[in-house]
Amino acid sequence: MERCDLVIVGGGPAGLAAAIAAREAGVADLLVLERDRELGGILNQCIHSGFGLHTFREELTGPEYARRYIRRAEELAVPCLMDTMVLEISPERVVTAVNAQRGLFQLQAGAVILAMGCRERPRGALNIPGFRPAGVYTAGAAQRLVNREGLMPGREVVILGSGDIGLIMARRMTLEGARVRVVAELMPYSGGLKRNIVQCLDDFGIPLKLSHTVVDIQGRERLTGVTLARVDENRRPIPGTEEHYTCDTLLLSCGLIPENELSRGAGVALSPVTNGPVVDESLETSVPGIFACGNVLHVHDLVDFVSQEAAQAGRRAARYLAGGGERGEAVRLTAGRGVRYTVPAQADPLRMEEELTVRFRVDNEYRGAAVVVSAGEEVLQRRKKRILAPGEMEEVRLSRKDLLERPAVREITISLEVAP
Amino acid sequence: MVMYDVVVIGAGVTGAAVARELAKYEARVCVLERCEDVCCGTSKANSAIVHAGYDAQPGTLMARLDVEGSYRIPQLARDLDFPYRNNGSLVLCMHEEDLPLLQALYDRGRRNGVSALRMVTREEILRMEPHVREDVVAGMEAATGGIVCPFGMNIAFAENAAENGVEFRFDTAVTGFARTREGWTVHTDRGDVAARAVVNAAGVYTDVLHNLVSTRRLHITPRRGEYYLLDKTTGGYARHTLFQLPGKYGKGVLVAPTVHGNTIVGPTAIDIDDREGVNTTAEGLEQVMRKAANIVKDAPLRQVITSFAGLRAHEDGHEFVIGEAEGAPGFFDCAGIESPGLSASPAIGRMAAELVRDKLLLRRKAHYKATRRGIVNPAALPFEERRALIGENPAYGRIICRCEGISEGEILDAIHRPLGARSLDGVKRRVRAGMGRCQGGFCAPRVMEILARELDLPMEEITKSGGGSRLIVGENKDGFGEEESDGTV
Repeated sequence: MERCDLVIVGGGPAGLAAAIAAREAGVADLLVLERDRELGGILNQCIHSGFGLHTFREELTGPEYARRYIRRAEELAVPCLMDTMVLEISPERVVTAVNAQRGLFQLQAGAVILAMGCRERPRGALNIPGFRPAGVYTAGAAQRLVNREGLMPGREVVILGSGDIGLIMARRMTLEGARVRVVAELMPYSGGLKRNIVQCLDDFGIPLKLSHTVVDIQGRERLTGVTLARVDENRRPIPGTEEHYTCDTLLLSCGLIPENELSRGAGVALSPVTNGPVVDESLETSVPGIFACGNVLHVHDLVDFVSQEAAQAGRRAARYLAGGGERGEAVRLTAGRGVRYTVPAQADPLRMEEELTVRFRVDNEYRGAAVVVSAGEEVLQRRKKRILAPGEMEEVRLSRKDLLERPAVREITISLEVAP
Repeated sequence: MVMYDVVVIGAGVTGAAVARELAKYEARVCVLERCEDVCCGTSKANSAIVHAGYDAQPGTLMARLDVEGSYRIPQLARDLDFPYRNNGSLVLCMHEEDLPLLQALYDRGRRNGVSALRMVTREEILRMEPHVREDVVAGMEAATGGIVCPFGMNIAFAENAAENGVEFRFDTAVTGFARTREGWTVHTDRGDVAARAVVNAAGVYTDVLHNLVSTRRLHITPRRGEYYLLDKTTGGYARHTLFQLPGKYGKGVLVAPTVHGNTIVGPTAIDIDDREGVNTTAEGLEQVMRKAANIVKDAPLRQVITSFAGLRAHEDGHEFVIGEAEGAPGFFDCAGIESPGLSASPAIGRMAAELVRDKLLLRRKAHYKATRRGIVNPAALPFEERRALIGENPAYGRIICRCEGISEGEILDAIHRPLGARSLDGVKRRVRAGMGRCQGGFCAPRVMEILARELDLPMEEITKSGGGSRLIVGENKDGFGEEESDGTV
């Protein structure tokens, strides 16, 4: 069987940044496998600006952001196969893939980086009752049609879910001549970034209805309307609050799900909270030599952080291929009060870089709460935040020195101290 | 006007089965279908079960044709290359006091001629099916029970009929009939056709058509059933088809594997007025969840990938009505085809075709092709064979639907074979592109593009399922400026 030191599954922002970092760290024999026809992943359809503020200190569109990484990958002569679908990864890191040129092939990889991204939660998974007409799209599918094919999926639009793609599409459809009637959100808070609510809804006078959901979908062939209703604190529709909206399009922006079918097949342990692999400080999964980064690991808000995280995975995979280095005992990183999860879930102080970024999401909206990092009774960090929301990913940085100085500490907890 | 020997109304599994059986005779046969494709009504939304035949009352057509159909389907699946699996059925008795009902079911099954029925103990059930509730009392296993791809079977019957000379006209709705010296003139929204005999296999509309010609009234009630389909990660949750003891409104909510490795849970049974009422409801879906919990524990209902509803064509007498309509010579009904209609379809097809044969004195054809090759599924081939296939035709190496791993080659085959797909749902029913966990989120735009290219249609004319189900309304910005424009520059 053909061998390859490092196989990277996915050529979107995560896969590209991982490949570049691995190459820069000295991995000569690597290969990126991308299922779409070009590199860049979902960025190619994100033609709005706002990408790269952290990485490049300037505001780029999605394709521009992708372009910078693609160019760098080209400079480094990173080999990529397009239109190539990975069918299986074995726990021994045999990668089976298929494309039209090479046909069906297998590679024995020294290490694998998972960078497959995520998918949108479809209507079926949302249990919305009603008919199943044409005109019900996930926001991302509509975005692809409008931005890449120049095609309009509809003219009178209702959007369910205030995830970022839904908000962006509210503006986008408006700019293309559609009338966006309302954005409904099941939760009492938005799932998207504050800046998107301001720039995509408020600036266009599009109403956002929190604690609302779609309770009926009408239309036998093409969508003719939907019914919205207010929900109670248990997210159950309240009878009598139904409101009918005439529309020909319903866009769904109700959450993203990391695409871990390949990971599961490889025996990688997954977190029930993130739906992504459980990883350590090196972003290595439960299967040695298999790493994960980007939205397949946990869903991000900003691509800049995907790139950062993926570069770390690339460096760590390079180190793994070079022999791995010393190994100590890992410290558990746990989510305390108000925190849903942490990525990574554990850290070996001997293997950490000088600083380790730990990313997490909170479980509700909090004002004036403090993020606290503690080791048992001892508080290592406390940082007050004006506002914390589930739609915005948070991070803390753990210093390697702090952990090395406390060899007895086996667990670090990240939690919120909520203002009374 | 074109003159046929037989016009079959409806290209669901019943109409297609009748057409395939008629194709064995020297006869000019045409199938009229109001939708754009075969398998668009009851046949596409049901439990996908091959019932063993223990449930129907002894002596009924339902009992006889179900048993006959269930015995023929395994061989048909091989001849016509559609997915079928003999996983066996298990009827679960959850209450001590219902044991006599279980025994009665067993006795009824024996009287219906169902072989391989067996009473099983609680311990045996829990060993075979670890997700059944611990408080199960006893059960009955029917080894001949199976599961089938309902689209696959319907499409296979229709394609095989077409290969043997049967004509299909889609998007053609029957609007009325007139008696003629030779037989019947069938009025449609696309002109008239003439036939010596008519077979009415119009599903929930059979009574409407029947009542236009017959002196004896027929009454069909659309009985809605709602379902959940679960992700393939739940594959193996149930091995047998798990039934509760049947009650007044049918067989109750079942939990079963599908031939493609998903899990199906449902249906409800609600009588409605609307013959197009295939909408799901909050109450219905809730009922499915609640009733599934009567027989299984920890049902993985968080893994739902879609829910849907189908309509059973329930006849007042709860019996298949197959035969010449009173006062309408040469007009044959296949009415009241509700569960176990899918299982019985091969037998219904044969019975109806033989009635027509005897009426028109049709002669057996000398050359009849009894087999059909389905669409190649590369994922099911051994590594080297799949490799060779892609070597010959690289389109099989281009994956379009990631969730189900469907290649462009399969989609092209679905479009270009006899009675090929012309819509997203048509492609989906033939090769499962868009049937997976993302429900077409990623592949729909690409399948639309392939359809547009292969059928030489603009994207605006590609539909989800024919008719007015257009997916695209125009190009970017073309909705602007219409009201302001007065033609001057």
